[in-house]
Amino acid sequence: MAALRGLPWFAKVYLTAVIGVACALLGYSVMASDRLGWLGWSNLLVLALLFLVCESVPTLLNVKQAAVSVSFSAALAAVVLVGPEGAALVGMTAVLSVRPGLPLVKRLFNGAQFAICGYTAGWVYESLGGTARLPDIAGFDALIVPFAGAAAVFVPLNFVLIALVLVLTGQADQVPLRGLAQFLVSYLGYATFGLLIAGLWATVNSISAVLVLLPLFVARWAFGQYLAQQRSYDATIAALCQAVETKDYYTRGHCTRVSLASGMIAQEIGMGSERLRAIRYAGMLHDVGKLGVPTKVLQKEGPLTEEEFAAIQLHPMRGLEIVRGIDFLDEAFAGIMHHHERQDGKGYPMGLAGDEIPEFARIIAVADAFDSMTSDRSYRGARPVEVAMTELRKGAGTQFDPEMVTAFIKAVDREGWKAPRKVVAPPADTAETTAKDHDDPTTPIQVVPER
Amino acid sequence: MTTTTASTGAPRALRRLDSGQLLLICVAGLLAVAGIAHTAATGLLSPEIAIGFGALIAAGELARLTMPGNREVAPIGAAAALGYTLLLDMGNVPARHPALQVIAVLAVGMAAGALPHLAVGRPPRLDAMARRLFTGALLALAYRPLAGPLFERAKGPEGDWWPALGVMALLIAAMVLVDVVLAAVLRAEQVRAAFGVAVQDELRMAAPLWAAVAASGILLALASHSMGMAALLVFAAPLLVTQVAFRKYAGIRATYLQTVRALARVTEVGGYVEPGHSHRVSRLAVAIGRELGMAEPELLDLEYAALMHDIGQLSLRDPIPGGATVLTEPAQARRIAELGAEVIRQTGVLDRVAEIVRRQCDTCSETPPPASRVIKAANAYDDLVGGSTDRDRAGAALERLRLGAGKEYDPAVVEAMTSVIDRLASLQRL
Repeated sequence: MAALRGLPWFAKVYLTAVIGVACALLGYSVMASDRLGWLGWSNLLVLALLFLVCESVPTLLNVKQAAVSVSFSAALAAVVLVGPEGAALVGMTAVLSVRPGLPLVKRLFNGAQFAICGYTAGWVYESLGGTARLPDIAGFDALIVPFAGAAAVFVPLNFVLIALVLVLTGQADQVPLRGLAQFLVSYLGYATFGLLIAGLWATVNSISAVLVLLPLFVARWAFGQYLAQQRSYDATIAALCQAVETKDYYTRGHCTRVSLASGMIAQEIGMGSERLRAIRYAGMLHDVGKLGVPTKVLQKEGPLTEEEFAAIQLHPMRGLEIVRGIDFLDEAFAGIMHHHERQDGKGYPMGLAGDEIPEFARIIAVADAFDSMTSDRSYRGARPVEVAMTELRKGAGTQFDPEMVTAFIKAVDREGWKAPRKVVAPPADTAETTAKDHDDPTTPIQVVPER
Repeated sequence: MTTTTASTGAPRALRRLDSGQLLLICVAGLLAVAGIAHTAATGLLSPEIAIGFGALIAAGELARLTMPGNREVAPIGAAAALGYTLLLDMGNVPARHPALQVIAVLAVGMAAGALPHLAVGRPPRLDAMARRLFTGALLALAYRPLAGPLFERAKGPEGDWWPALGVMALLIAAMVLVDVVLAAVLRAEQVRAAFGVAVQDELRMAAPLWAAVAASGILLALASHSMGMAALLVFAAPLLVTQVAFRKYAGIRATYLQTVRALARVTEVGGYVEPGHSHRVSRLAVAIGRELGMAEPELLDLEYAALMHDIGQLSLRDPIPGGATVLTEPAQARRIAELGAEVIRQTGVLDRVAEIVRRQCDTCSETPPPASRVIKAANAYDDLVGGSTDRDRAGAALERLRLGAGKEYDPAVVEAMTSVIDRLASLQRL
């Protein structure tokens, strides 16, 4: 087994052990299979087929390695209908799953762990007084307690077996432990569907499984479509924002980096997932209004007149005007509108101070200034991350919200920050450069007051 | 294409409906009245079952959602309605409610579910509701007379459920077909799509949703046999998952379109093109595309491409005066098209759109994709006419395009455009 090579020895031991135990169980099941009559075998076949179909089309969670599928429902229905031995056999068919690109070791392990889970759940089911046979219509209520026991064992056991292999092969940090609760709930949901399949088997046989699982498959298809659209959407919004930035040679990639940094701060202060998405979009779109600022103002050397500065100050409003038709959270709009406000009230466009400034805007302000300082500009080179951090700390309380600055520093200390590549000064006639950056707190724009 | 007259209140809502919709609403209304009157006269049979299903229908109506293309659907309500219609027995007690009672429960449930929406100022799409009621009523009228005999065959330990299952599946398939055709007829009338294309579009949109709804509805009816009323609660679950997934999908689709529409406007804010140019070009292009019989996925690509057809100008040093690409030299226009396609290709997902944008300047002899031809013509028209509603100006622009037909512009596109613009003009005269 070539795929085993390169794994640490304890991982090999674990994999071999799991597969070995499963083989032993399987051998025992086949020997003891005289318990299954002809009816049992035909049901077993249908269930195995069902399980295989479910197992072959899993949804991918965030982790590429651990795929979750509705095959649980089929496996648990097998516990009721054909007992522990049957459930183990049904689980073992995961080896044959037709997912392309799955290495043999993974197949074997998957089959083995399903077989073990199935057998254990079946054993629990029978210990709690359930009998493995076709439930009759009146006996539905008697099924519930043993089945709940079986599901309560199957789900965590499955999770532990998979989590262990991820830990041992060093992929554990990719398992989203935050989503664990949601994970278990959806597993238990699938378990309920298993009960329904088993309960209806007496009425319409295997059709019950089709009827229960069809809506789920459709749901999963729709969810897949949703994820595809989501990815496509994120790529599109990034590409369009970058197109807006091509105007200024030096600020390329600014929007994606501000989006990233805003997301880091938001995560650090514990924002929920919907708001997190919203602030990423707000960070991405915060400067779209800059296109409305005449290029000659941005390219002008030396101080600006008040009128010219007013043109710059207008860009958050312009940006808001552009994106207002999009169905974002209102907070995202507030973030775009007020990302140049300052804690001391000297910012623009409205001169809000302290807590009057929306939370999103306070976050974007920090991310915006930080990226500006750590990127090259035509009038200076990029500053190192530490220097930029010192500047942020210096500005905390006057320009920035201290809470957000602290959160950002913490996040960068932990995750690091990938500063943009060095920008090679472009030949003067091929690209546009600007002489000033309105985001840069270390070089504020000079304004000549008009008499 | 609907008129956007500035009148308010009920008359406006009515004016937006065309004759087909009105007819459907009237028929559905009559059915509802007949059902309720009959039930009121003869009394409600097994009221607790009716109330249970009615409540689920109301909940489903409350949780209705809008799918891409402004299609209102209520999957949970539809499944509950199916379940109530198909019900053979409840815990081995035969269900004897007549078709008219089903219609009454449906109507009352839907009305109850629509009320909270109405209270917060989101009136229901009357035509969509009427269609749901109408198809539900058709199924009830066809199936309820058969329910008794079917249960006779199925009941008892030796019972045979297969005939019941077969009849259910057959009738539901017929109902879905009626629903799809009805939706296509209404849509064809409303947006002037070709009927065949509209049927395909509706089928594509409806197939997955109806598969889930039909399965749940049948399940609901069958499970009531062994589980009693508890089935109502449990079987909402798989469908709830489906509903959530579809809602998310519909949400992102809507946001996507809004975002492209919004960001296409940066060219206007930057002074590269006339205000409203991208929006007008995309509306005209989609109308022409529909006239040419494009299906919905193609129309979506066309709309995106039309919205972003000038995005390449962002890479230019200075805005072209007025941004009128029909008056710029061809080399320059081609460069803008290339740059724009490059920007769109960066997304990594909109390759077809990028290709449409890249070839928007091609002449007929270069055989560009149909969508590019549409954009070329729509763009040229808007560059010449702009936001003006002057008929002479529109006529002159059309004349100029017609002169270029066969060489610069695709004759079929110019012809389609002529009829679209004529129709718009006649609407404006009203």
